[in-house]
Amino acid sequence: MSTIIAGLPLVTIVTFLPLAGALALAFVRSDSPRTVRAVALTVSGLTFLASLALLAGFNGSSSLPQFVERASWLGRGLDYHVGLDGISLFLVLLAAFLTPLALLSSWRAIEDRVKEFSIFMLVLETGMIGVFVSQNLFLFYVFWEAMLVPMYFLIGIWGGRRRIYATMKFVLFTMFGSLLMLVGIFVIYAAYHRATGSFSLTIGDLAAAPLPPGLQTWLFLAFALAFAIKVPLFPLHTWLPDAHVEAPTAGSVLLAAVLLKMGAYGFLRLGIPLFPQAAARFAPALSILAVIGIIYGGLMALAQKDMKSLVAYSSVSHMGLIMLAVFSLNFEAVEGALYQMLNHGLSTGALFLCVGILYERTHTRLIADYGGVAARMPVFSGLFLMAMLSSAGLPGLNGFVGEILCFFGIFTANKVLAALAVSTAILSAAYLLWLYRRVMNGPLKDPDDDRLRDLDRRELAVLVPVIVLTVFMGLFPGTILRKMDASVARTIEALRTRPAVAATMNPAGLATSEAARVTGSER
Amino acid sequence: MIPSAAFLALAALLFVLGIIAFFVKKDLLTQFMAVEVMLNAGNLAFLALAKGFGRADGQMLVLFVITVAAAEAVIGLAIIVLVFRQRKTIRTDDLKDLKG
Amino acid sequence: MSDLFWLIPLVPGASAFILLVFGRRLPRAWVSWQAAGAVFLSLLLSAAAFIGLAGPGAEPQGLTKTLFAWIVSGSFRTAVAFHFDQLAAVMALVVTGVGFLIHVYSVGYMAEDGRYSRYFAFLNLFTFFMLVLVLAPDIVLMFVGWEGVGLCSYLLIGFWFDRPAAAKAGMKAFVVNRIGDAAFILGMLLLLASVGGGSFRTINDAAASGALAPGLATLAAILLFAGATGKSAQIPLYVWLPDAMEGPTPVSALIHAATMVTAGVYMVCRLSWLYAASPAASAAVAWVGAVTAVYAATMALVQNDIKRVLAYSTISQIGYMFIGCGVGAYAAGLFHLVTHAFFKSLLFLAAGSVIHALGGEQDMRRMGGLRKHLPVTYPVFLVGALAISGVPFLSGFFSKDAILTSAFAGGHYVLYGLGLAGAVMTAFYMFRLLFLTFFGPARSPEGAGRHVHESPRVMTVPLVILAAFSALAGFLGLPALFGERVYLFGRFVGWAFAPPSGHVSLSVEAVLMLTATASALLGIGLAFRMYRRSTEIPQRLARRFPALYRLLAGKYYVDEAYDAVVVRPLLRGSGWVYERFDLKVIDRTLDGTAAAARSAGRGLNVLQSGLVRDYALAFLLAAILFLGFLLI
Repeated sequence: MSTIIAGLPLVTIVTFLPLAGALALAFVRSDSPRTVRAVALTVSGLTFLASLALLAGFNGSSSLPQFVERASWLGRGLDYHVGLDGISLFLVLLAAFLTPLALLSSWRAIEDRVKEFSIFMLVLETGMIGVFVSQNLFLFYVFWEAMLVPMYFLIGIWGGRRRIYATMKFVLFTMFGSLLMLVGIFVIYAAYHRATGSFSLTIGDLAAAPLPPGLQTWLFLAFALAFAIKVPLFPLHTWLPDAHVEAPTAGSVLLAAVLLKMGAYGFLRLGIPLFPQAAARFAPALSILAVIGIIYGGLMALAQKDMKSLVAYSSVSHMGLIMLAVFSLNFEAVEGALYQMLNHGLSTGALFLCVGILYERTHTRLIADYGGVAARMPVFSGLFLMAMLSSAGLPGLNGFVGEILCFFGIFTANKVLAALAVSTAILSAAYLLWLYRRVMNGPLKDPDDDRLRDLDRRELAVLVPVIVLTVFMGLFPGTILRKMDASVARTIEALRTRPAVAATMNPAGLATSEAARVTGSER
Repeated sequence: MIPSAAFLALAALLFVLGIIAFFVKKDLLTQFMAVEVMLNAGNLAFLALAKGFGRADGQMLVLFVITVAAAEAVIGLAIIVLVFRQRKTIRTDDLKDLKG
Repeated sequence: MSDLFWLIPLVPGASAFILLVFGRRLPRAWVSWQAAGAVFLSLLLSAAAFIGLAGPGAEPQGLTKTLFAWIVSGSFRTAVAFHFDQLAAVMALVVTGVGFLIHVYSVGYMAEDGRYSRYFAFLNLFTFFMLVLVLAPDIVLMFVGWEGVGLCSYLLIGFWFDRPAAAKAGMKAFVVNRIGDAAFILGMLLLLASVGGGSFRTINDAAASGALAPGLATLAAILLFAGATGKSAQIPLYVWLPDAMEGPTPVSALIHAATMVTAGVYMVCRLSWLYAASPAASAAVAWVGAVTAVYAATMALVQNDIKRVLAYSTISQIGYMFIGCGVGAYAAGLFHLVTHAFFKSLLFLAAGSVIHALGGEQDMRRMGGLRKHLPVTYPVFLVGALAISGVPFLSGFFSKDAILTSAFAGGHYVLYGLGLAGAVMTAFYMFRLLFLTFFGPARSPEGAGRHVHESPRVMTVPLVILAAFSALAGFLGLPALFGERVYLFGRFVGWAFAPPSGHVSLSVEAVLMLTATASALLGIGLAFRMYRRSTEIPQRLARRFPALYRLLAGKYYVDEAYDAVVVRPLLRGSGWVYERFDLKVIDRTLDGTAAAARSAGRGLNVLQSGLVRDYALAFLLAAILFLGFLLI
């Protein structure tokens, strides 16, 4: 099902335009930061506009991937195969939307090696979008790993005091998981070949060819480890605070807003469709870890003294809710989780942007160093409050829509876990308002301090679009939800129809005909 | 006629002698000579087997090995000379740059 | 005109939006007119819709208008829609009516504040959310309003945010409310899952027809009520309300007396069939209300801050409303909500007038003799005090009597007794307040030296209007004693409720009324005796029972208890877990693996001796092994 607009391979353009921009930047003189920044911003802006074209042309009622482009690459199933469906569309938009804003927010924050910084940011963007659009497992892995390289440099070069430790931890931790995933990919490749006689790593094909439950279990665990580290799921979360705190603002924003979602996306795109029985089997255990993450993340956030690490732990808590919803394995929960992924991207992105704005002025992230900022920066305080309320799930803003759908779905699956999950409402209010009160309210810490200027136009241009989106998504969620319905339904479908099929088959015989029949209809 | 087994035994003996010499000797040059001995032991083994099976392949291989050994000797000796010029020693115990 | 009712919430909402974005650039007069005007417009619309309902040819089930489908996902469906029936009509009129008067009053009260437009923006926003809450046909949409008013409460309590106490109070309000909200969400989810939809009609029908299992109904009702204890400041989540007095006084009047805190009562009334279907939940509601009523009243007896007395009084009076709902007399509870809105906001605004006159003084021990200086404030305050004390023929008398009579009629004699005890205390502390503030020698340094003036008309006119309502509103709900036809209020709203239980004969009702009157007079008399002339007697009592006095004055040390048992352990605990577990255990494990990898590397490093000899040995050994493998 191919929809190419005006004959252009739109998805490839959206994916590789940033990379092309990065290559072009290599030829720009490094002694002109303004040109570098302008080029980078333009490229990422164009990418965003191109992604809007994808949104416009997307057919919400179809559950199959759209805008599919396929080309034989390395042969034997290692194809270049990209496409979008309801699940990946908005994540691509999120990445494309936030990258230019992240670049814009770094306009004055990054002063040296601007060219390299911009190059890495653009390469990162390609990697992020690539993960979301890949329809081929091998390609998925390539992009998954490719994301790590620019992130490593972004944290390691332009980061804070403990940046080397943080970036090494981040890379090694993530790579460890990915390695097992790679092994899993080999196994799937072999298993599929054994079952059907042909080579393929197309996700659609693999999903249609069920694997024996024993094999499924190991494969699921291998993949799940990689994704669980990325999410991050308790207790594999400890790379997150360090990475977030030490990364430069732009890095933190993209890390929190997009990279974390890849873990969840991995479960939705691969974990559940490829290994439905294993997913159903491990869902309870993973749900418990998720719930622990919600409460633990919230409590840890209360204990933080650094603004960024507070927001980082809040991410652990929010992703816990998203994961709990994913593992509830029902329609409302998964759709809520998907919506909440977008919400969290926006609200946590906004929070990190706000912290970055403060840090740029005072060069401290310690909460104790702040007080009474609202008196000097009223516009900022208003936008910061909106970001916080969005994160806390206030009705009328986007956070509420996602949270209520998640709660509803979780409740359907497990009432006790839902009761525990609802505590996030209390915890998030507690730590966020506490942060706001300590930083914004009260008497000014130092009345003579004139470093606290209110937002200038550039900073407004960065924050306002995000906040406006949070309001829009809070009032009119239907515009987004309707486009997700079909794809979410399809993902859940796999759980219901698959068990019957897989249980009655033997690997060699039935699977061949079954797979051939199903894949034939999907091509 | 001398049975080819005897040649093989001699080749084996020479090979082992070469190995022992390689480990016992402390300077590069004699170690290099030990390696040459091992190569020639291999040559002898090939010839013995060629004669034993009545095939020419073994003799062809010997020619190859001699050629390669010669080329290797040239380069190896050149390296040894250069090392000596740099370090004023060819005692292998003193050449520990690859120590981790 | 009455089908424009769906604009009722939207007009203040639009005004709030404009003021939030552009407020600082608008002139003050414009802001005042717009803000108050928006609420007034809503009032007119509410009145029109009300007339539409009350008149002939009205739809008995009220008007509904759906604006758009909001959240639709699978089986979860919530639309933005508004529903106007008798119950909503009463609430809307109260919110917009009292709200309007308070907006007007605020023009005077906040005249000197630097963040004028921000104040009115928040006030409008609050009105918007409260009206959404009241007009919602669906529990999810009601929750939107529920949380929204919580937000506005936070913003308005902490309005003077450079004061640490105010900021803290605002946060406390929001967080404590959220605890209740968490329970509310669970109750809501339970209902959504069991009933299959969130609309109140669906829930009430299911409860009334028995389709809802009793255990489920009880659990949901109790969870929702737990949420209500947060919003309506009952035990155990009332602790935020006294601190909320840090906010401007009109805010206390509107939000913490008349409207937001009554949202819990409204919710119970709205789901009356659910509560009627669950005797256990109804009992819980009534008992919590009764105990809170007495408990809060005891604390009001010894408070010295004028606003704190009123705050505890509010907690206590809301308890009465819950008693009414709990015993099945929802109309009575609602009626008390209405009358309380009038006289409590009156009392708060009048107190604001006093504070304003004294230049910010709130401690009653430094007041006194203000009667002569405040010729408008004093009389209206007196009216309010009489009303709340339940002196006959004023509004409070009828509403409180309705509740107590219903309790008695239902056989809940203990509840009745508690209510009566509360009534005595109410009269007592109210008149204690009155006497300390307006009578006796002037104890304030300012009152003696400075020119204490009455408030401007923009503040006093609303006071007078509220006083009139406080006095006369009772006649809307004259009990059957005076003739069945006069019970207008009950007949109007009765349609919306499950039928109450229990009835008393007219003679019993008359006796109960007399008892209520007697208790009111007893309270007033005691206050007169103890506070009219001098404060000798109370001081002697305090000396005679020091422990009791300290307990009451210290608010039973509940705040301290919560702090010690919940807050501090939580904070310290998470800090401890963070340091011990997250940093030490998890990270240590990671760093440990890294260290292990490093030492393994170092260990294996021994093989890298740099000696050709050793490498050759390795070759040899490997070759031998390999050969051996092949041959064997």
